Amino acid sequence: MSDSTPGFREMKSVVIRFAGDSGDGMQIVGERFTDTSVTVPNSIATFPDYPAEIRAPVGTIGGVSAFQVHFGSSKVLTSGDAPDALVAMNPAALAVHLPDLVLGGLLVVNTAAFTEDNLKMAGFTSNPLDDPSLGEKYILIALNITALALEALKESPLTNREKLRCKNFLALGFMFWVYSRPIEPTLDYIQGKWEAKLPDLAAANAAVVKAGYFLGETSELTIERYRVARAVVEPGIYRKISGNEATALGLIAASRRSGRDLLFSGYPITPATSVLETLAGYKHFGVTTVQAEDEIAAIGIALGGSYTGKLGATATSGPGMCLKSEFIGLAITTELPLVIVNIQRGGPSTGLPTKTEQSDLLQAMYGRHGESPLPIVAANSPSDCFAAAFEAARIAIQYSTPVILLTDGYLANGSEPWLVPNESTLPDISKPFADESKPYVAFARDPHTLARTHAIPGQPGLEHRIGGLEKNEKGAISYDAETHSLMTTLRAAKVAGIAKDLPPMNVIGERNGKILVLGWGGTHGAITSAVATLRSEGHAVSGSTLRHLNPLPADLADLLAGFEQVLIPELNNGQLNVLIRANYLVDTLSMPKVQGQPFKISEIRARILELLNA
Amino acid sequence: MDTPIQPSLAQNIPALPELSRKDFVPPNEVRWCPGCGDYAILNSLQRTFPELGVPRENFALISGIGCSSRFPFYMNTYGFHTIHGRAPCVATGVKIANPDLSVWIITGDGDGLSIGGNHLLHLLRRNININVLLFNNRIYGLTKGQYSPTSPVGTKTKTSPSGSFENPLNPVLFALGAEATFVARTVDNNPKHMVETFKAAHQHKGISFVEIFQNCVIFNDATWDSVYAKENRDEQMLFLETGKPLLFGKNKSKGIRLNGLTPEVIDAASAAPGEILVHQPGQAGPLYSHLLATMGEPDFPTPMGIIRQIEKPTYETLMHEQIAQAQAKRGTGTWQELLHGNATWTVA
Repeated sequence: MSDSTPGFREMKSVVIRFAGDSGDGMQIVGERFTDTSVTVPNSIATFPDYPAEIRAPVGTIGGVSAFQVHFGSSKVLTSGDAPDALVAMNPAALAVHLPDLVLGGLLVVNTAAFTEDNLKMAGFTSNPLDDPSLGEKYILIALNITALALEALKESPLTNREKLRCKNFLALGFMFWVYSRPIEPTLDYIQGKWEAKLPDLAAANAAVVKAGYFLGETSELTIERYRVARAVVEPGIYRKISGNEATALGLIAASRRSGRDLLFSGYPITPATSVLETLAGYKHFGVTTVQAEDEIAAIGIALGGSYTGKLGATATSGPGMCLKSEFIGLAITTELPLVIVNIQRGGPSTGLPTKTEQSDLLQAMYGRHGESPLPIVAANSPSDCFAAAFEAARIAIQYSTPVILLTDGYLANGSEPWLVPNESTLPDISKPFADESKPYVAFARDPHTLARTHAIPGQPGLEHRIGGLEKNEKGAISYDAETHSLMTTLRAAKVAGIAKDLPPMNVIGERNGKILVLGWGGTHGAITSAVATLRSEGHAVSGSTLRHLNPLPADLADLLAGFEQVLIPELNNGQLNVLIRANYLVDTLSMPKVQGQPFKISEIRARILELLNA
Repeated sequence: MDTPIQPSLAQNIPALPELSRKDFVPPNEVRWCPGCGDYAILNSLQRTFPELGVPRENFALISGIGCSSRFPFYMNTYGFHTIHGRAPCVATGVKIANPDLSVWIITGDGDGLSIGGNHLLHLLRRNININVLLFNNRIYGLTKGQYSPTSPVGTKTKTSPSGSFENPLNPVLFALGAEATFVARTVDNNPKHMVETFKAAHQHKGISFVEIFQNCVIFNDATWDSVYAKENRDEQMLFLETGKPLLFGKNKSKGIRLNGLTPEVIDAASAAPGEILVHQPGQAGPLYSHLLATMGEPDFPTPMGIIRQIEKPTYETLMHEQIAQAQAKRGTGTWQELLHGNATWTVA
């Protein structure tokens, strides 16, 4: 394969943002561009950014929906800092997203939408397309996308209104042309989705995609076209997966490897709902899903399932976590396995339902009454949610404890190619229930893990009572001072002891030096990209992302001690920073961001450079 | 000559061990106040369980918080003392996880109808095959005497020193509002009636809701005496029997008839044939059961027994049918299907 083709400009990676009204179909267009790019193959990451309102008034700023896709020939770990290209389907989309477009970037606008009313709703006093500076700052392609779509469909039997709804595919086809992507995967998709039931719509969408592509071919646009070479990716079988899908599949995989059917109970809440939706489609895997009456019931039903020998799990987001805290306490004191997934969003209260944040770490650590430690696991990327969910379930079962899995809105909705694991790489995580031939002691513990053995209803001869009251090691209710002290210590020691069974941390770079960038969860991509790039430029910086937040890994103390400075970027006001300082007495540097948006690589890079040059 | 029928099947049915009341009595001591109505309910349930043909290990008692919710600790079965108001959630998970279990929720007027009202509502409407015993003593006992959602107007407690002015909730009406398929009422001073009612609740396939008038000897003593004290019970309680007329009073001298949609008490001896209402708990429509539910002091006797019992598919049956149908159609799932999904691509 040649690295350069005449007429094309080679790019290592490109970020495109499709933006329009929430009814304009920007999410579907972004998804199509992604699915096409993964087959090239390119390394890829996406970020859907949509309003909390399902349909805000058409044309308003509040109704703008966007989908960003970042694809490259080398490893892409984030959805990209700033778009190299912006497709703005209306003035509101332009108003919201133009400030992010890189200077000199490609700007495609649908001129038909720049009406007086729409301009007014977007807050423009004059038409920005009339401002010559727009074309000076950006490569402006002003297309009457609406008219072009109608023209392409003049033979179609669809109504005018239906035809207008196809215009997003025209923009898509045009962008395929600009970035030298094949249109066949999209034509196949259209065929599969609509041909059987709505053949006219299938034909129309296909015609419009082609029209968009050929527009580039036949018009006399004097713009450069771009190529992004195939990425060198690890050989294997890939699929595209979003964070919430990966979480769901990780739970099912854990169910299979533990020999316990999954009982998942949830209550609809953004951005967690699609975990419940996904799992509802896996009934044939023995998965039971319950849409509970509220967040409290959701965790209670899952806990009832765990108590009866299933793998109980629930997923929610911030406000839902607040409601679940009393049940989490019950699961802690009864020492029952349970996976609680918190797909973090901006808070407090209803906060920013569709925006990402990492501000529930200290809630996960401490958000219950009493001394109530539990293990916390965090996912690093959309596809990593699979491994993280599996790990959360493993710990829950092996250590008989509730576990909180932290993901976030960015991971949940973002998607990326996933090198599908072979099932043989997934360990056996089964744990036997109590032996019916022996006397049962409810809170007798495994000497290594300190986990208790669980007898489930239906096991003859092991009838016993458990509950939220303090109990002694035999399981009998006890309010003795010594018993309470001992049981509190044992519960804490069990959780703390998980650290000795964890593998060493993954570190990019040396384990000592000038600067360590330490992160957790969804900031992994930005931190890793910034650190890897700086290292390739010869800078002495190392990076690591925590998978386990409680207990913290056993080798973290030494790692922290090996660096002159430790920088902790996180999407909150410094919560991991507090934990690290409290646990290790290290004078760390916090790098907080609370804007409902993920870190840009450039932000972290700039801060590291600042420290290096200080 | 008799041919043994399906010998293999017969061999596979394990003989149930004979169980007695003492099999359900755990070694730990019971810690309710002396004289509490809960003792009689405990005793009746311990007498009921051996007669149900259920192996002991298949009973699961799930409770919330409150005096009544200590109940599971006093039954030698599987038991889970959960958190305030949330027993229906845990019990739902237990029943879904293992539909073979006989699941009993033990709750009270505060636990079930105040803090846990939402869960109870949804438990009832889903028609899951669980038995709910709601101990109604019209007071918060464990917190030492505050008015509850079932306390009558005027109840004086530490939190209502001038008398409660809240409209009390009628538990039976609440259950009927949620269209529960089995709704009954019994009293803590009638063990025989309790055992009969508990058995019927067990036999019903679907949600069974039983309100038990229970006395709190410390904080609300004699709260039900106007209904069930020896001197009042004939006039104030109407024991329902399917297919029998609604008669009460000493020597069953009084009956209930309908005047339009309004019930009336009449002299049974002078009633015309068919004039007195006949108890039909199987009526699917709401009118009759609501009529019974709203009868009570001071103008009517309080109905006792099964107020409504109808058949509907149960939640856990429908849920497991959907799983079975999915498996019949798609198999039980493979690793390939799980991990690969619908679309993969290979990088060589």
